[in-house]
Amino acid sequence: MWGVEKLAEQAALDLDVTFPQIVTFYGSAIHTTALRVSLRHDDAEDLAAETFIRAYQALQTYPPKRIRELQLRAWLVTITLNLWRNQLRDASRRPSLVQLDFVIHRSDPADGPEQRALDVEGSDRVSQLLASLPESERIPIILRHVVGLSYKEIATVLDCPIGTAKSHVSRGIATLRANLYRMEEATP
Amino acid sequence: MNSTPSTTEKTILLQSLRNLKSTPSPDFLERVLRSVGLPSESDEFVLANGPTGKLFIAFNHRGINHVLAAQIVDENPHMFAERHRERFGRSVRRAVKEPVGLNLALRSQQGQKLTYDLGGLSDFEKSVLRKALEIPRGEIRPYAWIAREIGRPKAVRAVGSALGRNPVPVLIPCHRVVRSDGQIGEYAFGTEMKRELLVIEHVDIAEVERLARSGVHFVGSNTTNIFCYPTCHNARRVSNAHRIVFRRVEDAVESGFRPCLNCRPDDIRSA
Repeated sequence: MWGVEKLAEQAALDLDVTFPQIVTFYGSAIHTTALRVSLRHDDAEDLAAETFIRAYQALQTYPPKRIRELQLRAWLVTITLNLWRNQLRDASRRPSLVQLDFVIHRSDPADGPEQRALDVEGSDRVSQLLASLPESERIPIILRHVVGLSYKEIATVLDCPIGTAKSHVSRGIATLRANLYRMEEATP
Repeated sequence: MNSTPSTTEKTILLQSLRNLKSTPSPDFLERVLRSVGLPSESDEFVLANGPTGKLFIAFNHRGINHVLAAQIVDENPHMFAERHRERFGRSVRRAVKEPVGLNLALRSQQGQKLTYDLGGLSDFEKSVLRKALEIPRGEIRPYAWIAREIGRPKAVRAVGSALGRNPVPVLIPCHRVVRSDGQIGEYAFGTEMKRELLVIEHVDIAEVERLARSGVHFVGSNTTNIFCYPTCHNARRVSNAHRIVFRRVEDAVESGFRPCLNCRPDDIRSA
């Protein structure tokens, strides 16, 4: 198979041939971003699809040189975040607060019972705590520790220096840990 | 519980975060492709080893629809994809798996068992290709034979151009169709490759050309009184002692010979 690092190069040569691979390869990263920022499962799928549609339309107009130089994953994530912010701004009935009922975590039945127990005990609680964080702390954590972007990519997405990206992430994690600790104190 | 968050605790937290990864539903790709107007039912291709070198082979769920000698596009998948789109108006992406039976067909040089997607060709072209598919490995037939077999005896030139447009050469063996005068004739991937393919199938081209030069187009046996095309496997079994050669069908028929039922050098009416 064609190397992943070459996808941007391949797309520059032949977008239509490469695009399905881009969707397949980055589908999970974009869906994860969409779900964790929008916090609604239905919206996430639409938001992810819209990301790739906009990406395709943009790539069609880009000269090959510009496509080759793209950090594809970071670029796609940026589109997702922009679309999500636009949706929030445009929504006439904007939900005033995140409704935690909508936060969905699906355990994979293929995981063993131990893993599922950990998911339910750990990830459900963590996903709720994550959802309750302010956007400025939530998004860097999602990008680094859920989606798995590099700090370089995060810097591109957040349009800041790499050092700043690192401090955003670590500040977010510190808050998350403090909240987790407080939660555990409250529920013996 | 320890009031200072431990390293283990952080590890568990990070693991929990990683577990929040999600994947889109299975029809996600199709949905996106449909939305941007890309063929959701796009073709796929593999780069396979053919008898004379690598071949790009494209297919979809209906069957194989395009074969191109890789050397023609420098083994470059993008150039192949470009050619494919020019010809079929569809994009093509690299397949995970080749069609069932493809490698066996290429190794044995017999493509009859594969399925083909010949959509976009005329009925005439399809019938020419279906007939060419019947020619066994190691045997050759003239263009006029195909024309007669498909009931269009005068359409010899049209048969030639239909074979020239064969989208799946090598697998549908248009290289086994040659000129009536014994010359090899044209080929989509060049006459040289046509000759190479025939040599690999053990067609004695030198002998065929020698016979054609001396005006011989049919070979018979005086023990069976049956005549064949020279490369028919029945003709190749005839020993020199019993071998009779003919210039024309009429000569053979006048000598009391009947046409072979395998290679059918003439209509059965003269039997």
